[in-house]
Amino acid sequence: MINLSEVLETNKMVSEQTLDVRTITIGISLLDCADSSLKRTCDNIYAKLTRIAKDLVKTGDEIGRDFGVPVVNKRISVTPVAIVGSACCKKPADFVKIAKTLDRAAKKLGVNFIGGYSAIVSKGMTPADELLIRSIPEAMATTDLICSSVNVGSTKTGIDMDAVKLMGEIIKKTAERTKANDSLGCAKLVVLCNAPDDNPFMAGAFHGVSEGDAVINVGVSGPGVVHAVLKHCHGMEFGELCETIKKTAFKITRVGQLVAQEASKRLGIPFGIIDLSLAPTPAVGDSVADILKEIGLEHPGAPGTTAALALLNDNVKKGGVMASSYVGGLSGAFIPVSEDQGMIDAVEAGALTIEKLEAMTCVCSVGLDMIAIPGDTPAESISGIIADEAAIGMVNQKTTAVRVIPVAGKKVGDNVEFGGLLGHAPVMRVSPFSCAAMVSRGGRIPAPIHSFKN
Amino acid sequence: MKKAIITVVGKDTVGILAKTCTYLAKADINILDISQTVVQDYFNMMMIVDYSKCKKTFEKVGTELSKLGMDMGLKIRCQKSEIFEKMHRI
Repeated sequence: MINLSEVLETNKMVSEQTLDVRTITIGISLLDCADSSLKRTCDNIYAKLTRIAKDLVKTGDEIGRDFGVPVVNKRISVTPVAIVGSACCKKPADFVKIAKTLDRAAKKLGVNFIGGYSAIVSKGMTPADELLIRSIPEAMATTDLICSSVNVGSTKTGIDMDAVKLMGEIIKKTAERTKANDSLGCAKLVVLCNAPDDNPFMAGAFHGVSEGDAVINVGVSGPGVVHAVLKHCHGMEFGELCETIKKTAFKITRVGQLVAQEASKRLGIPFGIIDLSLAPTPAVGDSVADILKEIGLEHPGAPGTTAALALLNDNVKKGGVMASSYVGGLSGAFIPVSEDQGMIDAVEAGALTIEKLEAMTCVCSVGLDMIAIPGDTPAESISGIIADEAAIGMVNQKTTAVRVIPVAGKKVGDNVEFGGLLGHAPVMRVSPFSCAAMVSRGGRIPAPIHSFKN
Repeated sequence: MKKAIITVVGKDTVGILAKTCTYLAKADINILDISQTVVQDYFNMMMIVDYSKCKKTFEKVGTELSKLGMDMGLKIRCQKSEIFEKMHRI
């Protein structure tokens, strides 16, 4: 029988330590919506989304009420639109029409984001992939709820450097097109390597072609809970510290598992995976940086940060895997800058640089995330940053990503306000040295060798 | 059986248990177990209840209990029991 202290512990996690289920994301295949007519494709997409996800928001809220744990976001991910629109889209503007259809469906359903305005170009771009990529700035500027992602590489295929070069330019254009909102469009655009097919978290969520027709994926969170528990671990040796993180991750993930199964039952859609990520928000006490500080760092970015993050990430996974039979997505600790007050403080204190963040991405999910950089950063330098992250992912067989925002008109030290979950960020310094000659070579970096690992 | 956990947290006062139990009796909700502690005038109580005979929706019971709590200056929550079982039992 459950006892009083266990009940109070759970409720304290929710009320004081910001435990929540970050997102219930329904992945929906749009492959059967493809048609040679753009209008029919759009009509099919709208009809399918509003049919399958019609009860998502209501059900998410009900589950939250029944169990007393907030289900913060209800979202949709769809088949990469470059595939869906490949038969009917002949110019970038055609893809923008699909984006607007997705946006309209998302607003009708009341979800807060829809992901999958994506192209998977890890080895090369089809004409449709390239059209979609070129349509991203316009799509981001004329919609509100669309998230876009482009996968430019993988461990098996290498890195498509033509796509990397193009994405540097596209990020710049997106920043320019959305400059009235501090280049907000770039906050909804991510470039990935080894992107998972079942990720429920934005901006990188899409419903991969390996998935079924519709599936429920759930992302749990709870950096505040881990932080609160670690407050009682001062001076403990690493074995005990790791054990504590594991136990906490287990409890958090079990909540996600329960919510996912319940959502699957109530919506009549199969359960896919739990993504057991520690996803911070700008709210006080909901910070991955605070956990790193609790482990013993003055600020994230101090020597030792990569090791601290590595042990945190690994033990979150170990605890979470025990709690759910189906773990997928990104699963680990997120280290976005603008969405984590502790990270923002570290940047402002001069402790954290892009180069240190890059090192940290080697040991955690996902990558350089929500980093504001000067608006005059050359497109080639952004491509260089993407190439570096993709190389880390490719060689280490892990997902990596870049979501940087070259904020139009802003320079190092300025502050940018994105609002809501996206937070605010100090503009960070990018190395001024050029990589233009390398980026403009064109072609593909071959896949790495899979033996002789050192 | 449909089990829920009702928690009552707040400053100790006369009649907390009586008022909560009266509401539950009227709503046809059976109490299976009660445990409580009072630490420095602070009242913590948990009830395990069976609501399978209750005619009201779970949401309505939750809202009415929450209101009853507010009238007494307490926080009353009603949650389905699975969340605690899943979190604390393997």
